[in-house]
Amino acid sequence: MAVNQAQMTPGNLATAIGGASQLERKPQTYWSMAIQSLRRDRMTLVAMGFLVVLLLLSVFATPITNALVGFGPNETFPENAFAKPYIWPYIKWRVGMDMVTAPTILGQTGGKIYWLGADQLGRDQLARLLSGGQVSLTIAFVAAGISMLLGVSVGALAGYFGGIVDDIIMWFINTMVSIPAIYLLIIVSAIFSPSPITLTLFLGLFGWFGTARFMRGNVFKVRSLDYTLAARSVGARDGRIMLQHVIPNSIPVIIVLTAIDVGALILTESALSFLGLGIQPPTASWGSMLSRANNFLFLIDPATGSYSALHLLVAPGILITLTVLAFYLIGDGLRDALDPMLKNKS
Amino acid sequence: MGRYILRRLIQAIPTLLGVSIISFLLVNSAPGDPLVLRTFGDPNITDVDREIMRRQLGMDQPLPMQYISWMTGLAVRSGNVIEEFERTGSACTFIGVLNTTICDKGGGILRGDLGTSIQTKQAVWDRLVERMPATLELGTAALVLSLIIGVPLGVLSAVYRGSWFDNMVRFLAVIGQAVPNFWLALMAIFLFGVVWGILPTGGRQTATLTGDTDIADKLWHLILPAIVLSFGSLALFSRIMRTETLEVIFTDYIRTAKAKGLPMSRVWFVHALRNSLIPMMTILGPAALGVLAGAVVTETVFTWPGMGRLALDAARQRDYPMVLGAGMFFSVLVIMGNLLSDIFYGIVDPRVRLS
Repeated sequence: MAVNQAQMTPGNLATAIGGASQLERKPQTYWSMAIQSLRRDRMTLVAMGFLVVLLLLSVFATPITNALVGFGPNETFPENAFAKPYIWPYIKWRVGMDMVTAPTILGQTGGKIYWLGADQLGRDQLARLLSGGQVSLTIAFVAAGISMLLGVSVGALAGYFGGIVDDIIMWFINTMVSIPAIYLLIIVSAIFSPSPITLTLFLGLFGWFGTARFMRGNVFKVRSLDYTLAARSVGARDGRIMLQHVIPNSIPVIIVLTAIDVGALILTESALSFLGLGIQPPTASWGSMLSRANNFLFLIDPATGSYSALHLLVAPGILITLTVLAFYLIGDGLRDALDPMLKNKS
Repeated sequence: MGRYILRRLIQAIPTLLGVSIISFLLVNSAPGDPLVLRTFGDPNITDVDREIMRRQLGMDQPLPMQYISWMTGLAVRSGNVIEEFERTGSACTFIGVLNTTICDKGGGILRGDLGTSIQTKQAVWDRLVERMPATLELGTAALVLSLIIGVPLGVLSAVYRGSWFDNMVRFLAVIGQAVPNFWLALMAIFLFGVVWGILPTGGRQTATLTGDTDIADKLWHLILPAIVLSFGSLALFSRIMRTETLEVIFTDYIRTAKAKGLPMSRVWFVHALRNSLIPMMTILGPAALGVLAGAVVTETVFTWPGMGRLALDAARQRDYPMVLGAGMFFSVLVIMGNLLSDIFYGIVDPRVRLS
């Protein structure tokens, strides 16, 4: 059997299974196979779609705010504090279910349309969610970029040089992961008062350890593989082996790690901002919006007897959850698409 | 086994040193001159006094010397400076051969002195110890909860793979890791505490004059924060148990167990669980510490009087010694936890000891 296989060139294999026409099928590359596999993954596609919409909304936050809201995310109208979301009454009005509520609300707010309601200062929640999304997503993407860059290069260095360099790097990483990340971030934001830029830097600087560990392991793994041995035998130098074999071999996992990392960073940033150690008011971020809502949990609107801050509590939380979920799902989907071996396992 | 434990212990030392170095550097980069903070508003202290104090505190020394002094509470100076130091009440010895004076200033990290809180002037260590029971109570409750729910969920999910139950568990596991813990806490307080009013909205017990209540009241207060805190690790446990159970489910010994007519529950929860639990051992240590770290947020939202909230309040008030003390304390816990979980893993799986 083994002899038989060895004798089969692709040509006579194709003839053996049904004519030369089989060969006209385009040879598939790794990436085209990955894309094909992604196309079949409905969950990941939905997540990607959600993310694209979210990114577009964030990029065009200002024009969208201008068109839908008419005033900025930090403009306050105290007389409209805790205005209810206008969207439900509006829908009921348009379909003719309730012809009274929507116009009444419009009258109360002085003609201002709060699609998703207003906060305690009468700022528009939709505008704040949009600009908060801009802030949160930018921070997460930039921080993920920093931590990937650091993680890949430091990990590759450790794996490439080995020996004492590796020992020192691993010692540093082991030390840093021993300090719980949330404490590290609390400490540095207490010492250096946070701005969006320093926050991004800290998140990036404290986020690369896992990637570096993975990268280091992968360098060791790939260096012991046969094709590296082959490359070495034909005279390739270390630098070439790193750039041609080790790093490309790691790219799929790095992509997966990055997607999951962005999600995790959004969670961390929102938690820090919620705790008052991240984005500072009046700049909106999803986490800090919830930190305000926290103070109004018990508040009841005397006119209707309903909870005044319900919309302030629900909207940012759902948005954070869905965004993080989207990144995690994309990470999972990419892992399935990029690592066929892994997929067959489960 | 003894050698394995010893090796692991020795491996922990550089990490502990590293944590102490980083903490020291952070202490040093904290804004504000500690000397000014210490003597603030005291009219009897002149700049000359400050200069002397600065020398006595060793703040004129190079950083590595300051680090040693910070760690051990010992001050090392060249020359015979016994007199200058003994005025402050430090015990000193002069070693003639090396021409150095070694003084015991007292304190030092190694002797469990994490410094003094700027806010309350209490020892950082005392404040941490005072808050520890509350955090341990909450953390243990959350961990136990996530184990007794997460493990069976994962096993059943693997047994009934592909069913609606499996899909639901997997979906919940992803949601559980994506939902921000603080929002979950807020929603739980809002629904159970405010809207339905069936559970307390925060605190560890009902406020009473004597300051003490019965155990039922304490458990009552524990329910909501423990459930919220357990969510993340519950999701993690169920996911890992599912994967691990899938690994063992097709092995020969499971087939044998089935073939000899054992009840299915026994096959899954005794034969399969035993082996799929082993990888859980490695994750248990880090997961426990993840719970402790998550407690910062949960404790804050539920006004739970634990260490996490203590550290956060300290950070908000810029009480650096307190924040750093708490951070260092947790880091030591992390290192110990990893050590224990490694040793435990070595006991359960002898192969680990050899590598």
